[in-house]
Amino acid sequence: MADGTVEKANPAEPAAAPTAWRSHGTARRSTHTLRLRVSAALVAVTVLAVLLVPPLVQLDQQAVDLAAKLEPPGWAHPFGTDDVGRDLLLRCVYGLRVSLLVGVVAALTATVIGTAVGATAGALGGWADRAVMRLVDTLASVPHLLLGVFIVAMFRPGVWPVVVSVGLTHWLSTARIVRAEVLSLRSRPHIDAAVSGGASRWRVTVRHLLPGVLPQAGLAAVLMVPHAMWHESALSFLGLGLPAHTASLGTLIQSARGSLLAGQWWPTLFPGLFLIIPTLALAGLAGVWRERISPRRRSELML
Amino acid sequence: MLELRAITAGYDRRAPAVRDASLTVAPGEAVGLLGPSGCGKSTLARVAALLHRPDAGTLLLDGTPVRRWRHRAPREKRTAFGVVFQQPRLSADPRLRLTDLIAEPLRATGRREAVPERVAELAGTVGLTPDLLTRRPHEVSDGQLQRACLARALVLRPRWLICDEMTAMLDASTTAALVAVVEDYRASTGAGLLAVGHDQTLLHRWCDRTVHWDTVTSAPTGAARPQPKRMSRP
Repeated sequence: MADGTVEKANPAEPAAAPTAWRSHGTARRSTHTLRLRVSAALVAVTVLAVLLVPPLVQLDQQAVDLAAKLEPPGWAHPFGTDDVGRDLLLRCVYGLRVSLLVGVVAALTATVIGTAVGATAGALGGWADRAVMRLVDTLASVPHLLLGVFIVAMFRPGVWPVVVSVGLTHWLSTARIVRAEVLSLRSRPHIDAAVSGGASRWRVTVRHLLPGVLPQAGLAAVLMVPHAMWHESALSFLGLGLPAHTASLGTLIQSARGSLLAGQWWPTLFPGLFLIIPTLALAGLAGVWRERISPRRRSELML
Repeated sequence: MLELRAITAGYDRRAPAVRDASLTVAPGEAVGLLGPSGCGKSTLARVAALLHRPDAGTLLLDGTPVRRWRHRAPREKRTAFGVVFQQPRLSADPRLRLTDLIAEPLRATGRREAVPERVAELAGTVGLTPDLLTRRPHEVSDGQLQRACLARALVLRPRWLICDEMTAMLDASTTAALVAVVEDYRASTGAGLLAVGHDQTLLHRWCDRTVHWDTVTSAPTGAARPQPKRMSRP
């Protein structure tokens, strides 16, 4: 319908111009809502599957069925079976559960640390700010994965070392974003007014600066979830994350590498898809959110 | 007595916005500071309100030199100044309702119990209806928001008022109302006023004494802020 209005609008008629502008706006709006709906639906399906399937269907991580090994996707096993005859669909859901858990918890940890560090640096300013940010630069110059491997290697394999490793290596970007936001907020007159009204440094930070950066910090947290999921998979793929028998997307892909060369595509494809689709859905949600909070977008809406 | 002596201040030490500025405001006196746009008036006002540390020069508050600025300044010295800024949109926290905006200094200084009474009293003084008080800054007009900002500046009963282009964005009737509020407050408390602006007529009628920027600073206006090189290139 929107396209039809655009075609009808004749540039020679001055009265038609506003119609064209408005229909252009609604067309863009509808692609946004489509993206929002698809992303939200995919995230909802993922979360529901991860929450509902494990209580309904128990998975014995150690059970093998060698008679049914490497069966292609079919009615009994929709995603096929792996090289020791375990159902891939169930293992993928369990693997996604671990990945999401690690992703969400690690992203929250990273966001809390990053926000605290960034807000402190931004609110203090001066030499404290410079010192903290040079420390952040130094840490950021070490590759995440290397630092993560170092941290994981200090503990016994399991979920929590991975969470700690991802959380402790991913707060740097959040700290930078939050610090930049705090610095730009700090020079606004309303902060001057608060200082003049007798507010302490703590009160200014907590009441006036932090609420202003929360949308950005939240966005960083959502974008961090897929990042952390990939990091967990990478660690597991390298054999450093979760123990090999535990279903995790990384370990699933890693153990199926051998059969890929023999032409069995399903043990690697499905865990890969389980990693990619939630990632894209979360990124889509974050994109919609970013457009909501960006000032340019807001001024467009005001026009 | 508020004395600014040979203040040099700015945001870059190599190019200060204010150079060698001196100004005195006696208690109960209203001083208007006139000057062209971008000459450094607002920076000087921020220095006077202890909000910006000058690079050189002294600020004497009742005879004692001020050594600490912003958060480092003692709270009773900071709150001795009520500051109203030019742009109400930028000087109000967008998340606070007008009630909270006005009450914020009381809460920050631990006088929470005085909030309902004082806010109601000041809302009446500056002409804000109870309905407006429940709104957020984006739901009111510039004039209404500036009224709230003036109420916030008065809520702690400051001894000095710094009005930095307070009425530059407002219509004539709101300007008159806000100036009347400031004058009533000064008449009842004997507070000093430093009004910064470029509206000669208004400041002449409002203040006991107006000074032009050129007489405040020893450097001529043109030299006070050297134009950046990129401005001279086509």
